[in-house]
Amino acid sequence: MIISIASGKGGTGKTLVATSLALSLKDKHRVQLLDCDAEEPNDHIFLKPVITRKGAVCIQVPKVDEEKCTHCSQCAEVCAYNAIAVLLDRVLVFPELCHGCGACSYLCPEKAISEEGREIGVVEQGHSDGIEFVQGRLTIGEAMPTPVIRQVKEYANPDGLVIIDVPPGTSCPVVESIKDSHFCLLVTEPTPFGLNDLVLAVETVRELNIPLAVVLNRAGVGDKKVEEYCRKEDIPILLTIPLDTEIARLYSKGVTLVEGMPELRETFIGLWDKIREMVDERTRSLKR
Amino acid sequence: MKELVVLSGKGGTGKTSIVGSFAALAKNKVLTDCDVDAADLHLLLESVIKQKHEFWSGQVAVIDEEKCTRCGLCQELCHFEAIEDFRVDPPSCEGCGFCYRICPTEAITMEENLSGHWFISETKYGLLVHARLGIAQENSGKLVALVRQQAKEMAEKQGAAFIISDGPPGIGCPVISSLSGASLALLVTEPTLSGIHDLERVLGVCRHFGVPALVCINKHDINEENSRRIEDYCSEQRIEVAARIPFDNIVTEAMVKGLPVVEYGDSPVSREINLLWQNITRLLANN
Repeated sequence: MIISIASGKGGTGKTLVATSLALSLKDKHRVQLLDCDAEEPNDHIFLKPVITRKGAVCIQVPKVDEEKCTHCSQCAEVCAYNAIAVLLDRVLVFPELCHGCGACSYLCPEKAISEEGREIGVVEQGHSDGIEFVQGRLTIGEAMPTPVIRQVKEYANPDGLVIIDVPPGTSCPVVESIKDSHFCLLVTEPTPFGLNDLVLAVETVRELNIPLAVVLNRAGVGDKKVEEYCRKEDIPILLTIPLDTEIARLYSKGVTLVEGMPELRETFIGLWDKIREMVDERTRSLKR
Repeated sequence: MKELVVLSGKGGTGKTSIVGSFAALAKNKVLTDCDVDAADLHLLLESVIKQKHEFWSGQVAVIDEEKCTRCGLCQELCHFEAIEDFRVDPPSCEGCGFCYRICPTEAITMEENLSGHWFISETKYGLLVHARLGIAQENSGKLVALVRQQAKEMAEKQGAAFIISDGPPGIGCPVISSLSGASLALLVTEPTLSGIHDLERVLGVCRHFGVPALVCINKHDINEENSRRIEDYCSEQRIEVAARIPFDNIVTEAMVKGLPVVEYGDSPVSREINLLWQNITRLLANN
């Protein structure tokens, strides 16, 4: 089963929930934790994994053989991203604009374009205390995390339990991370910003037709409007984590919640049981 | 005219609360919210939408079932795995048009894509340009560029001294688009290991694009040891730590009231943000 942990707003506690959920379930299940926040991956800070494999993520960018090229401009015409410009006597390629779609090389009438890999990030695989760990890391200065996320997700083995830590927001990297999940947990906080971004995240996950529930972090701060919204929208709040300076202190030091407060392990196992119930219920209703 | 962009790498460090306060402190400016995925700044500014515009960007492939012979060539060639069972999954489609060009029966068309909306709002503290990217849409970078362009035009028209931008989290496309060509980046961090890790990466992006940066440590007293690490790191990197804001629940209380925290009575937080703004105006005047 694949469960993604998302939020809309950043800094609400996705990493805190993802790492503690993984640690609480590792004795009973085969657990993989995939950190898909390739722009700012943080799970490794808490899990301190041993990295055993590291691979480059490349997108295929065009390489023009000037000997064969007749400067017909076909490549520049088919490029939707303006990544190729054909001059009278040469071709200019702008690799940072290229999405790697492959149209130019396939459609070149002279077969003058080959593809070469341009590295935009890495995927690291390893393990931490019985958890299989994979993370993506976008190279600084690169704009597109989506190919990195796609490659991280190739490691997912849905026969076990896969926990995906999703980047903040609602756009393409978020959708790439969440799609194919069986369930999505949205972590939020009871503030106007938390609510505003939760509403956007709920719309996104519903668009993908994935069942969802909420984790309310820092409960006690702010107001009651997130709870009112969830009640109105019939979204269960499966876990409430109180505003607590001890929790904030543990987080600041890179200590997971269930290591710092082992008594919470049962709470996270309970969270998993509720998720499984919801997924089972959904499967039954789809069969009917 | 100077453009300040507020970034953080990590989300939830306090960018929007700080920009909301700058909105109240700065005179003669235009505000932008470059977090087009999840914009929150308007919630602090008594904002009223005056103009709403559509943002059309990119294309999406559509397969005509009648004409499709199910040859499978498009599925085989699509580099984004966006076609399955002879249907396009719009969120996966990057609009390259490769399939449209190679389809032997011309069954594929490229349709223009409504990617979102952008707004000009009047707020208690001046004009705000903001946007809402459509659900599961791409091209957030282009929408950010559009928001900045509009803000620039308005700032020129009203002879504004500043554009103040609330940036998105992360280091990718929308961050690069918010940052490139700005006069100064304020990096808001917090004394957590995640905050430090993410600060280092976003500072790398500022350097990559040649934008000078300064740092503000928010909630500095939740972990003094980590705050010292940030100070040491910044001095190594020759980056000024321009403010140290203490943790105080009044930031959330002000947010609940829909007010910038500097407008919510005198407090150590609001005094520090005041000093930070003075620091920034001094730096902007010199660079």
